[in-house]
Amino acid sequence: MLQYAFKRALSLCLSLCLASVVIFAVVEIAPGDPASFMLGINAQPDTIAALRAELGLDQGKFVRYLEWTGGMLRGDFGTSYTYRSPITDMVVERMWVSLPLALYALALSTLIAFPVGLYAASKRGAPSDFAVMGVTQLGIAIPNFWFAMILVVIFAIKLRWFSAGGFAGWDDGLFIGLKSLTLPAISLALPQASILSRVMRSALIETLSEDYIRTARAKGVSRTAVLWRHALRNAMIPVLTIIGLQFSFLMAGAIIIEQVFFLPGLGRLVFQAITQRDLIVVESVVMLLVFAVISVNFFIDLTYAAVDPRLRHGS
Amino acid sequence: MMKYRSLIAGACLSLIVLIAAAFSFAWIPYDITQLSIPDKLQTPNWNHWLGTDHFGRDILSMIMVGARTSLAVALLAVGIGMGIGVPLGLAAAAGRGAFIDEVIMRTNDLIFAFPSLVIAILITALFGAGAMNAIVAIGVFNIPVFARVSRGAALSLWQKEFILAARVSGKSKLRISAEHILPNLTNLLIVQGTIQFSLGILAEAGLSYVGLGAQPPTPSWGRMLADAQTMVSFAPHLALIPGSAIILTVLGLNLMGDGLRDALDPKLRKSRQ
Repeated sequence: MLQYAFKRALSLCLSLCLASVVIFAVVEIAPGDPASFMLGINAQPDTIAALRAELGLDQGKFVRYLEWTGGMLRGDFGTSYTYRSPITDMVVERMWVSLPLALYALALSTLIAFPVGLYAASKRGAPSDFAVMGVTQLGIAIPNFWFAMILVVIFAIKLRWFSAGGFAGWDDGLFIGLKSLTLPAISLALPQASILSRVMRSALIETLSEDYIRTARAKGVSRTAVLWRHALRNAMIPVLTIIGLQFSFLMAGAIIIEQVFFLPGLGRLVFQAITQRDLIVVESVVMLLVFAVISVNFFIDLTYAAVDPRLRHGS
Repeated sequence: MMKYRSLIAGACLSLIVLIAAAFSFAWIPYDITQLSIPDKLQTPNWNHWLGTDHFGRDILSMIMVGARTSLAVALLAVGIGMGIGVPLGLAAAAGRGAFIDEVIMRTNDLIFAFPSLVIAILITALFGAGAMNAIVAIGVFNIPVFARVSRGAALSLWQKEFILAARVSGKSKLRISAEHILPNLTNLLIVQGTIQFSLGILAEAGLSYVGLGAQPPTPSWGRMLADAQTMVSFAPHLALIPGSAIILTVLGLNLMGDGLRDALDPKLRKSRQ
């Protein structure tokens, strides 16, 4: 197990190094100089040069890459060109919106998908199975930002149960904070729950056709007990993979959903930074998102090994 | 016939969208660049079957031209993914375990690790919003999907006797890949292509919604939804119609993908009988 974890950790580090190079290169070759952008079209060349020097943009690319990655390793993401404030503080502040939102959506989608998937698998071929699968097919096809708009019209404008946008913050208590994230989380969770239900159903159906399940049934174990004790555990591998992948989708989906609900999260920060050519903020936030996704997948891999002994023994 | 109901339903839905898009080149009910403020925000009626928007433009015409944008962006993005991903996957399978296989597959893993929409947003935002950059941004993330799918399937084909026979007859790995492996992957690629196509439609809608897809005056479904957002409480049809267009297209393609998989995969067909 330890050797497996070490190997995976090594590949995690390699992926992060490569990702940082790719992100830095993409931002580097993009047209538009931050200094000229900040000073406007009438700026004198010497003023632009002075600002470039102040921002450290006159240094070589390699030096800047090393400074950027070195800073991130120490937890220092640099200083925003536009706001002249430490990016770490900005990111931490936004994280209090984006991370709870992604986790809330992940929890919702898992809570919906597990019973739905289990139900559909246990009723395989029955009309209720077809109905559930039809609904999930529709759930996958619905763009979440559109669903968000519809939720706002129904639950915020017509019924007035929730606010139509904005974030109340965590100062007034957990309930108030969660309430303002509920509609965004539901709209993020819908397609994910649909995908997860389908994966859950097919994984369970596949496991239920295995020989050891038949053996267990032949030994007199009840259908329900087989489902819970044997099938569920073995169906967890594909389900865990999808949950891992979903985290990436949720982080990305949150960027658009934050626009719909005017949430002050990481997504809005990236958008603002892109329009203001605050490239250092863009680089750092995207790197952070990639770091989150790669790390989550790393932990999922470790969980596999814990669930399936074949993986950790490398057979 | 009943066996193929998902394929038939999906194909019908997709065909409607395709016909609407193709038809829009020849004829649309109203000119979409023509503003007519007196006719603004009409609900569906005899003159404007799907109503009008806040500038008085005919929504049916915009949906028809928007279908063109959505389909073109998603189709070209699938083209990029297939055009680059499949040869890479075939090369990786042909050189199984060798350096080239490792390089291709590790690069794939890396691209997979990126949250695709974040990078698509990054690419379109930094290099300029527009349909062309949206195609590239969505297409890049199709590459590892096709590479992985074709490598996986090609690996099992390389073990088959007919490939062994081809090798014994002295054919090079390149020729075997092109003449024997690729034709046997067609079914799989069609199914995967349909799935990626539907994902591309959703991604294009998302990018257009945040203003990074096709730029006005070119209509796109995502852009129509973004415009509708502030008016949705008093003119819900502005959001419902483009939204339904996206949902029906994606639903149609997904059903078609599922149906094709069942129809083309004899193993699945047998297990269902």
